[in-house]
Amino acid sequence: MHKYIGLALIFPLVGFIINGLFGWRIKKEKVIGWFGSLTVGASFIVSFLIYLELVRLPFYERKFIVEYFSWIKTGGLDISFSYLVDPLSILMAMVVTGVGFLIHIYSIGYMHGDRGFARFFAYLNLFIFMMLTLVLADNYLLMFLGWEGVGLCSYLLIGFWYDKPFEKMTTSDAGRKAFIVNRIGDFGFLIGLFLMYKYFGSLNFNTVFSIANKLQVGDSTVFWITLLLFVGATGKSAQIPLYVWLPDAMAGPTPVSALIHAATMVTAGVYMIARSSVLYALAPTTMEIVAIIGALTAVYAASMGLVQNGIKKVLAYSTISQLGYMFLAMGVGAFSAGIFHLTTHAFFKALLFLGAGAVMHALDNEEDIQKMGGLKAHLPITYKTFFIASLAIAGIPPLSGFFSKDEILWGAYSQGSFWLWLLGAIGAFMTAFYMFRLVALVFETPPRYGAKHPHEAPKVMTLPLIVLGFFSVTAGFIGIPESFGLKNLFHHWLEPAFEDANAKLILESTHSTSTEFMLMFISVLISVGGILLARYLYLKRMNIVAKLTQTFSGVYKLVYNKYYVDEIYDTIVVKPIKWGSEKLLWRFFDVKVIDGIVNGSARVTSIVSSVVRFVQNGIVQFYAVVFLIGILIILWIIF
Amino acid sequence: MEWLQKHILTTIIFLPLVGALVISLINSERKNLIKFLGLFFSTLTFALSAYVFLKYEPQKTGFQFVEIYPWIRSLDISYKIGIDGISLLLLVLTTFLTPVGLLATWGSVDKRVKGYVIMFLLLETGMNGVFCALDTFLFYIFWETMLIPMYFIIGIWGGENRIYAAVKFVIYTMVGSLLMLVAIIALGNFASQLNGQFTGDLEKLYEVAPKVALNAQILMFLAFTLSFAIKVPLFPFHTWLPDAHVEAPTAGSVILAGVLLKMGTYGILRFSIPLFPEATFIFLPYIAVLAVIGIIYGALVSFVQPDLKKLVAYSSVSHLGFVVLGLMGLTIESVQGGLIQMVNHGLSTGALFMLVGMIYDRRHTRMIEEFGGLARVTPVYATFFMIVALSSLGLPGLNGFVGEFLILLGSFKSKFLGTTAFSILAASGVILAAVYLLTAYQRIFFGKVTKPENQNIKDLNLREIVSLAFVLIFIVWIGIYPNTFLKKSEPSVKKVVEQMEKYRSGIFRAQK
Amino acid sequence: MIPLSWYLFLSLILFTIGVLGVLIRRNAIVIFMCIELMLNSVNLALVGFSSYIGNEIGQMLVFFVLVVAAAEVSVGLAIIIAIFRNRLTVNIDEINLLKW
Repeated sequence: MHKYIGLALIFPLVGFIINGLFGWRIKKEKVIGWFGSLTVGASFIVSFLIYLELVRLPFYERKFIVEYFSWIKTGGLDISFSYLVDPLSILMAMVVTGVGFLIHIYSIGYMHGDRGFARFFAYLNLFIFMMLTLVLADNYLLMFLGWEGVGLCSYLLIGFWYDKPFEKMTTSDAGRKAFIVNRIGDFGFLIGLFLMYKYFGSLNFNTVFSIANKLQVGDSTVFWITLLLFVGATGKSAQIPLYVWLPDAMAGPTPVSALIHAATMVTAGVYMIARSSVLYALAPTTMEIVAIIGALTAVYAASMGLVQNGIKKVLAYSTISQLGYMFLAMGVGAFSAGIFHLTTHAFFKALLFLGAGAVMHALDNEEDIQKMGGLKAHLPITYKTFFIASLAIAGIPPLSGFFSKDEILWGAYSQGSFWLWLLGAIGAFMTAFYMFRLVALVFETPPRYGAKHPHEAPKVMTLPLIVLGFFSVTAGFIGIPESFGLKNLFHHWLEPAFEDANAKLILESTHSTSTEFMLMFISVLISVGGILLARYLYLKRMNIVAKLTQTFSGVYKLVYNKYYVDEIYDTIVVKPIKWGSEKLLWRFFDVKVIDGIVNGSARVTSIVSSVVRFVQNGIVQFYAVVFLIGILIILWIIF
Repeated sequence: MEWLQKHILTTIIFLPLVGALVISLINSERKNLIKFLGLFFSTLTFALSAYVFLKYEPQKTGFQFVEIYPWIRSLDISYKIGIDGISLLLLVLTTFLTPVGLLATWGSVDKRVKGYVIMFLLLETGMNGVFCALDTFLFYIFWETMLIPMYFIIGIWGGENRIYAAVKFVIYTMVGSLLMLVAIIALGNFASQLNGQFTGDLEKLYEVAPKVALNAQILMFLAFTLSFAIKVPLFPFHTWLPDAHVEAPTAGSVILAGVLLKMGTYGILRFSIPLFPEATFIFLPYIAVLAVIGIIYGALVSFVQPDLKKLVAYSSVSHLGFVVLGLMGLTIESVQGGLIQMVNHGLSTGALFMLVGMIYDRRHTRMIEEFGGLARVTPVYATFFMIVALSSLGLPGLNGFVGEFLILLGSFKSKFLGTTAFSILAASGVILAAVYLLTAYQRIFFGKVTKPENQNIKDLNLREIVSLAFVLIFIVWIGIYPNTFLKKSEPSVKKVVEQMEKYRSGIFRAQK
Repeated sequence: MIPLSWYLFLSLILFTIGVLGVLIRRNAIVIFMCIELMLNSVNLALVGFSSYIGNEIGQMLVFFVLVVAAAEVSVGLAIIIAIFRNRLTVNIDEINLLKW
């Protein structure tokens, strides 16, 4: 079965081509929508069948490389369209296609009546294709193809409603920003690949990792390679300092935010590090940097989430913050915990976004939570699922988020340091707080939406919510910590992918189970505290909130305006480049200096000739006389 | 048939000329017939070159399809043509772009159609000749020949400021090429000193030239390379390019960007590097510096252009900088990348110019600020523009990426460049390309339709779609399966690179 | 037999007439004829030398000169006629367009 992994890629590609080329001719939304969705469904089935095949195989044989055809072959470089089927990639493929399938179905309802309906599905299908390429690739270059490809789809989909204004700009500005910021990250990624090729002589996972396996921990080139790859990851996965695009990416339609900017694409960086775990294990310094950046991002983004008023904005910052956790996990070497969080996060964050979409759908695309409230009665299914997802992300046992987040925190404490754990814990508190602030303001406080008539979304939209809700609750059970005395199925499944890396890391097991339980207890306490505080403040004592914002208006403004990072980037990077290019390089250097020299030499020529030309008086006989005199002079000189 | 097989390159070179002669006999009022014949002859030429592409056997060393007829016996100058993997790709590119360019601008030229088509066919003869010539004098003649039709194309069918642009183009190019002529003669002389026979035969010169004393090598290298650098154009010799592009008619721009610029880089690879290896080693870092400056400079300047065509023109400076960097890297990867990037640039920039021309035909302006929201009015046009822009900014899966990646990868590990800084700095051009192309794209296509004139722009017609689709096929093809082309050129490139490595390690000197 | 110097003197006289004619006359046709005269004086010298030295190359060259002269005459006269049609004059003082 694994030989047919290509099918998983081909289905969405066919969907893209057919919907893209002929979608505008097919007038029926149902046909387009279901066709687009079913291609993804089919590729989920393929992935699932391959998963079943892997399960049946012995533990260490669960790895296949399926090569289709050569892509770039010249000199020492030999890159193929070849795909790696192993526990990690097939897990990712199932998450992508599974969540993707649900979101496709949801979109049939959400995008109903949009004039770009076919285009939307074409883009979504292309995205799934690119994302699968990314996670299934067997070499870094093919991964990079997917990596840039998903960036493209993100660009296209953020700017999907390209003439719709968004904040101070338009949606297409947001799309462009996303693409360019991602490219900055990709610049690092590319350089990382060059260095890797120079050092290892290959970009194929197998070759690189097997050479890397023999290297010493602390190899300086590997440090640079991993660091540069991580730069790419900060771009794609919206970490400090390249996170700025993700909040703006909310300009796209909500299913896009759910699929691309929450569940799948943004986790690509995490996947990439997990895939390269062997390399990262060789570079402890990079690991530290990754952990610190991850922890800082987790807290920093969460702090911005506390005060945002756009329903999707809050979720966007929450995504950045959760991605921070995943990087924290990667950084401390808890690879499978990071992937575990990636998986559970995909469920509950997609659910949250889709819920937000249902809310906006009900309120004529209203995004401001100040103008919501009281939707509990009108949108019962959305409310319930949203509530469950919020509990999950806040980390309340036994929902999925609890297990995965707790594992990360435990990893941060046991293999990192107390400070990393503390940052994580603060982030967890904030997460619980802002999520339940959101739940309160959207669903539970008195209505503030004026004369609109909210209504529950149609079945195609609520059904995915329910399915995702189910997984948000149960997905955690596949990864119950060993300290509960059960087998951690998730870790076991991923073990082949990380065993080489784990062998390199000195995993300390000095901490006892009792410490683990204690930390677990503390973190639950923190989450519950956050939830209760949020509910207390926003449901009972709104006046305290108002007072607080007034007392700390400076801080509030700073955080509300996202620490003015966008403005800072604009002033110190964007504007000088624009000014310098136009005034200095073009108008001055190009036109004045270079062309000045060129045209100047032409001018000198014409000035000289304007004097000399008077010799040419047009009388041919005069020329002939001069000619004759010339000959005579020459003859006189010769003889 | 047998005759054709033996003389296929000559046929490819001169078939357009025959076409031009045939057209010159037709009444100039019969515009459609003339255009059709132009298209017919250029397409036939393409078909022949495609045949050559298929028949070319990369494993064989040396030049293939060689034809040689003595011309000036006493000086050993001959009509010698032949191709290797390097010229093969460019030959096919040329013969491909000429009919496509003609087809894409079928409706946009209305005055003196006859002369226009004739000039294009003459131009094609010149260009094909440049890529096939294996004799320095023959090369020089084709090199200069192709200048004349281009001069007229810009000067007669160009825009407002066409005379200035045409003269600037010709004089700029002449400055370099006259120096090249001096170097060609000097080279022949050195051959007669060392071998006892003056010669223009490139293959003989490959043997002789590297033995010339270093001082003379340096001078000749500079003369050749200056001529090529102007043509490329390498920063800071690029200022003719924006003017020429802006003023040239669309098909002229397509050919100018698509093929003429490649002659510069082709010349560097065919003449400068293998003829003067030691001089190359001396100047290689400086040229690479200029290339990298060109990459970044071109990108930054195109970022702020208000005129769409100028934007594309400056982006060419940036793209060609990549090619030169690749050539200077002198690794198989980077030179192969440079070669494929030449083809890519011809395709994607050619297509960009075609697209700009199409909107110019409709709105008679190229100012970016005049547009906005066109995605809604002309979705097909917007889609094509998007794909071509993506190809130009190097999105993996399309052609631009393959070239840029190979160049950067190769120059990163190049022993000749010695430092990775070139490659790293050049890679920032990849970011900047996204900046300027997407910014322009957004301002033209996204947002609301603000100008009433733009409400009723017609979308592309079938002819335009077909001509773009041809280019698009290759854009995707090279993006996904570049091996078709890489395979053909690899042995030739390898030969050059290995030769250079040999010179570098001094084996050659030691033997002497 | 007539000595060589006679031919040469004749040739010299013809050539001088030709040169002076080109320099002095104002009618384009006359100037043109004077150029022909110069060419023919050269021919005469060539033929004279050729028979004196006994080398036939000189006589061959004469044929070349004749051919070139014929070609030149046809082109030159065509130009003069074209000028006359435009300007209604062949006086070269009035057709001195070839100046700054």
